[in-house]
Amino acid sequence: MTATRAWAATRKGLFELRRSARGWGVARVSFLAEPVSMVLPPVGGSGRMLAALNLGHFGVKVHASDDAGATWREVDAPTYPPQPEGGKDAEGPAWKLVQIWSMEALHGAIWAGTLPGGLFKSTDGGEHWELVDSLWSRPERLGWFGGGYDVPGIHSILPHPTRPGELLLGISCGGVWGSREGSTQWELQAKGMRADFMPPEQADDENTQDPHLIALCDAVPTSVWCQHHNGIFRSTDGSRSWQEVKPPIANFGFAVAVHPREPDTAWFAPAVKDEKRVPVDGALFVHRTRDGGKSFEALRTGLPQQDCYDLVYRHGLVVDGTGRSLLMGSTTGNLWASDDAGDSWTEVAGHLPPIHALRFG
Amino acid sequence: MAHLVFTQQLKRFTEVPEVDTPAPTLREALQAAFAINPRLQGYVLDDQGHLRPNVVVFIDGQRSRDRRTLGDVLKPESRVHVLQALSGG
Repeated sequence: MTATRAWAATRKGLFELRRSARGWGVARVSFLAEPVSMVLPPVGGSGRMLAALNLGHFGVKVHASDDAGATWREVDAPTYPPQPEGGKDAEGPAWKLVQIWSMEALHGAIWAGTLPGGLFKSTDGGEHWELVDSLWSRPERLGWFGGGYDVPGIHSILPHPTRPGELLLGISCGGVWGSREGSTQWELQAKGMRADFMPPEQADDENTQDPHLIALCDAVPTSVWCQHHNGIFRSTDGSRSWQEVKPPIANFGFAVAVHPREPDTAWFAPAVKDEKRVPVDGALFVHRTRDGGKSFEALRTGLPQQDCYDLVYRHGLVVDGTGRSLLMGSTTGNLWASDDAGDSWTEVAGHLPPIHALRFG
Repeated sequence: MAHLVFTQQLKRFTEVPEVDTPAPTLREALQAAFAINPRLQGYVLDDQGHLRPNVVVFIDGQRSRDRRTLGDVLKPESRVHVLQALSGG
């Protein structure tokens, strides 16, 4: 069914978006003026929803709503355990929560991915959180470093649609990690990715890859797509191996959305790499492939084609369950919608705060 | 007893009790306030119990220096102000 509700987590609040006969519009604002780094829509459409705030002075907070954003109540935020004073465990970033970068819910669990590189799990609807120590204690963690922030972070959490306990994680910069043992055993799964930002002899090091975002096809979860710092990569074996695909105009960007039933169809929001990070020639477009990356279309209808400097961050491009409705939001506070799989776009809002994340639901 | 006051900016987020406490150090005085409102602790201290980078404490007009152990000594007549730094936007 076509989505009728969506959420925009922004630098200055959480915006509820509703679809009417006139198209998408803002229906409600929560946490006005507060930075909202991520939102978890109501689970199942009507259950608990969570919002992650990042208060500049007073830290990261989590709020829960059981009435789809009408009222909110603060719950526990993830907290790192006491940091050892010495030894190997004392190395690396301080064990202090910097930001909640991702949240997902499936199979009765809620997962939060954080800076500095923590995965937290809640089994009580987000009231309390527990650090997943099996990942945090991996020695490879000390090889991770920041991508976009001073410390590494988990921006992608992909629970397997049908197999509880199986997760894929995307980490900047820490590669792709998979769990197939109830999230107690972890395996680095970034084989085939390439890191040009590393010394040449380390470019293939799986543990320092920078996948900007990973996303999978719900109906065919072995099909995983990645917008990487170095380009676009695709896996057809559930992240066991990755192959690079090369779009014709630009391969840099942050966001990727995958069709829920067509594993060969994915959308990307390209930008000039790497130091500039603006649309190519000041003209915004969306790249779409429908053949697994063999070819790409540049979709421009309805998007600004002159003097445009919008950048779409990791969580700023989403597709609904039909595979035809998309939303795209930028750091310039612009929001566009498409109802024809990206062929054409309409502006929903032009003056929102910088958009951190969009979610249907 | 030492008197503890929190910035009213915090009232936007959680209750901020004014506390009179015989606590001999800043950390113990803060704990007295956190006992009244446990949620307040996460706004003032980070995961490791250190003062948040953008929170500042003044004791009798002097800025506290020990941001990790919060061992500053309080006198019975001390006045403690917990404020946010003027940063951010």
